[in-house]
Amino acid sequence: MTTPQEVHTPASPFHGNVRPILNEVLHALDKLLGTNESTTIDLASLPFGPGELEHLEALLGTGELSAKLDALGTSSIRETAYPGVWWLEHRNAFDEVVGRYLEITRTPEILSSQDADIIAGRAHLEDQFE
Amino acid sequence: MKKRPTVGEILQAKGVSRRGFLKYCATTASILALPPSMIPRIAEAIENARRPSVIWLSFQECTGCTESLTRSASPTVEGLIFDAISLDYHHTLQAAAGEQAEAARHAAMEENDGNYLVLVDGSIPLGNPGFSTIAGISNVDMLKETVAGAAAVVAIGSCAAFGGIPGADPNPTGAVSVMDLVTDKPVINVPGCPPIPMVMTAVLTQFLTFGQLPELDKHGRPLAFYGQTIHDRCYRRPFYEQGKFANSFDDEGAKAGWCLYKLGCKGPTTYNACATTKWNNGTSFPIEAGHPCLGCSEPNFWDDGGFYEPLSTGHFDSGEKLAGAAAAGVALGAVAAAAGRRRQTKFTKEG
Repeated sequence: MTTPQEVHTPASPFHGNVRPILNEVLHALDKLLGTNESTTIDLASLPFGPGELEHLEALLGTGELSAKLDALGTSSIRETAYPGVWWLEHRNAFDEVVGRYLEITRTPEILSSQDADIIAGRAHLEDQFE
Repeated sequence: MKKRPTVGEILQAKGVSRRGFLKYCATTASILALPPSMIPRIAEAIENARRPSVIWLSFQECTGCTESLTRSASPTVEGLIFDAISLDYHHTLQAAAGEQAEAARHAAMEENDGNYLVLVDGSIPLGNPGFSTIAGISNVDMLKETVAGAAAVVAIGSCAAFGGIPGADPNPTGAVSVMDLVTDKPVINVPGCPPIPMVMTAVLTQFLTFGQLPELDKHGRPLAFYGQTIHDRCYRRPFYEQGKFANSFDDEGAKAGWCLYKLGCKGPTTYNACATTKWNNGTSFPIEAGHPCLGCSEPNFWDDGGFYEPLSTGHFDSGEKLAGAAAAGVALGAVAAAAGRRRQTKFTKEG
């Protein structure tokens, strides 16, 4: 686990596009605690200047838990140093980033085993007995 | 019409897990500029969607639009889209040639009458049919014949959408746009020189996903991508609001990454998604590379004044007036942002 950089001092080291996102995360955490409602922030839809995305990632740091998904390319699902704030990065089969999200939730949905996969897996297991 | 497999069936046959499918849907929501809350609806729609037939016609064009499309930042999505649509005719990408190619076009039209999509890149010359022909057929005749049984037409690139460079003064070939000729079918314009790869694939995905055409602006462009100006979403906008401008390409302002308005940036009047979707796998966009926006997704951009002249040359000759313009820009930006939020809310509610 890495310590996140101090959020308050470098409020606008580049073009000022990072701080509004941190505010949004703060509000999303309040919502999660208050109404148990999750929030997803699609980082691809927001303007970032050179280096700002990396700065945001550094500010949020790395938490205790991370997972790797291998489906249609790899994905990394990583809790940031702020519990409940997850950094998701989807890559395609050519290892290019195709989606980058902040999920403010207890557990990202994509980590859960899905019913369709469980059913298919169960059938496959049953076949082993034949 | 031949019954085509659903996208869900195609993905299942490919062994794509539910997690992989959810990942695909999340990426789809992102490229469609839809809120993540729409992902469940997208998943349901995609599972049941049947792959539509697509006929791509290339007229007076440079193949830049196809070049752009094939460099889509998301081969996973692109790959699925090309698995999920049936691209039955495309000069550059198809293996068939000559009579076989034309036979494929006719077969696709007959088998999918009333349901296929026609994509067009390039403008259509009316001055002389011989200016541009395919298999001995003039562009205008091929367009009219092909769109007759189409569900909708998508004009890819500024040439097809607005006449583009072939239509620039003095327009030697009498070039016109698709919407100048097709008036009895829905026409979606996806302008740009070329358009952003993800925007092209996203328009197809939207049709595939929801079976309906996207909400369009007054120029027939999908609002999801052309609803806000480059300036609205530009990371350099804070400098515009502070009155910090580059005055030449090598001054301190340019080196510091200040606003390029005074160097002719057309961002304030150009509606496109470059500032957020970006180019080259999301690497950057012209302004990030230090060059003003040319406004290539706007009608008649080639004839619309000098590329390096400020938008309002003669009106913004003093810092005081620029500051006033900046204040007006803030107000306009706030209105545009509010309008964008309203649109998103509307879509979410409808969902």
